[in-house]
Amino acid sequence: MAIKGAIVFDVEHCKGCGVCIPTCPNQVIAFSKNVNNKGYNYAEAVNDNCIGCTSCAMVCPDGVITVYKVKL
Amino acid sequence: MFNPDIIKPENLVYKRTSVLTDNVMHYCPGCGHGTIHRLIAEVIEEMGIQEKAICVAPVGCSVLAYNYFDVDSQGAAHGRAPAIATAIQRLYPDNHTFTYQGDGDLAAIGTAETIHACNRGENIVMIFVNNGIYGMTGGQMAPTTLIGMKTATSPYGRDVALNGHPLKITELLADLPGTYYVTRQSVQNAASVRKAKKAIRQAFENQKAKKGTSFVEVVSNCNSGWKMTPVAANKWMEENMFPFYPLGDMKVDGQKVSK
Ligand SMILES: Cc1ncc(C[n+]2csc(CCOP(=O)(O)OP(=O)(O)O)c2C)c(N)n1
Ligand code: SF4
Ligand code: SF4
Ligand code: SF4
Ligand SMILES: [Mg+2]
Repeated sequence: MAIKGAIVFDVEHCKGCGVCIPTCPNQVIAFSKNVNNKGYNYAEAVNDNCIGCTSCAMVCPDGVITVYKVKL
Repeated sequence: MFNPDIIKPENLVYKRTSVLTDNVMHYCPGCGHGTIHRLIAEVIEEMGIQEKAICVAPVGCSVLAYNYFDVDSQGAAHGRAPAIATAIQRLYPDNHTFTYQGDGDLAAIGTAETIHACNRGENIVMIFVNNGIYGMTGGQMAPTTLIGMKTATSPYGRDVALNGHPLKITELLADLPGTYYVTRQSVQNAASVRKAKKAIRQAFENQKAKKGTSFVEVVSNCNSGWKMTPVAANKWMEENMFPFYPLGDMKVDGQKVSK
């Protein structure tokens, strides 16, 4: 049984603090080269290795990350 | 994003709680205040007490907490949140009044209110955010500042001979007969966030059962005041704050936890 996850960022709420990045067991998250309207390099998913563990969402101070998960 | 076919309501495992407003919080990037707000709001949502929750906001960085919690709120003069919360909870004994205070607010100017509310055993939830500094006013030394820690008013590091000892107010409160639950938590990684949320839930459950004062300290970062990146600040906190402010329960069900 495989577990697959997906994360969605509320880009305008992201402050580019980077706290979510080292939390991810699968190195899914990195800073974007682009900035949001506040000028922050926001966080984004850079591969499809997400397992929906919610660790990134747990540590995000701004409640930016929504997490989805399926068992295949 | 990626895996877009997974993004369906039935697969949702985590989303921002509706007990937080949509306002972007004014806190510095990576500040623990945001995470702690989120946990309190999630507990309020999960217990179904949004209509009964009353936030008493402090003076400090979290002075605008009422812009973020979608619950009734009252601002308090600096350090006086436990006194205000005492009055509110006595008038509305079936509501859920909670205070939210920093270390300057709770353990410096508000020491008297803190100690007496806890000693009276007021049926309130007290959330204490200890970042070892006065964040809001530009990073001055707090009662909780560690020995040797540099701040705007201890530029060579806190010196006991000059500045006295850091105050472990939470240990002190655990010794008072009025406190029913006293714990110290943190929110720098996913495991600690989950534990801190359980502790906050326990505090509100105690209040529901009218057990007296539940006090939750959260050791947190002030990355701006500490002059570090958020990730470095969390690491510094683990290495320097936790040895002096050890995490865990100090008092459960009115009984001191023996270490
Ligand atoms: C009567 C009074 N004295 C001093 C101040 C200045 N002041 C504002 S916030 C603060 C301390 C905030 O520190 P803390 O409670 O630790 O909150 P943080 O910002 O670190 O979360 C001080 C001294 C004030 N607003 N009112
Ligand atoms: S949910 Fe887990 S696996 Fe997915 S991005 Fe977040 S931390 Fe990584
Ligand atoms: S923790 Fe939240 S605010 Fe910080 S970079 Fe990640 S998504 Fe953005
Ligand atoms: S000054 Fe410190 S406590 Fe205040 S918002 Fe910034 S990081 Fe947080
Ligand atoms: Mg402080």
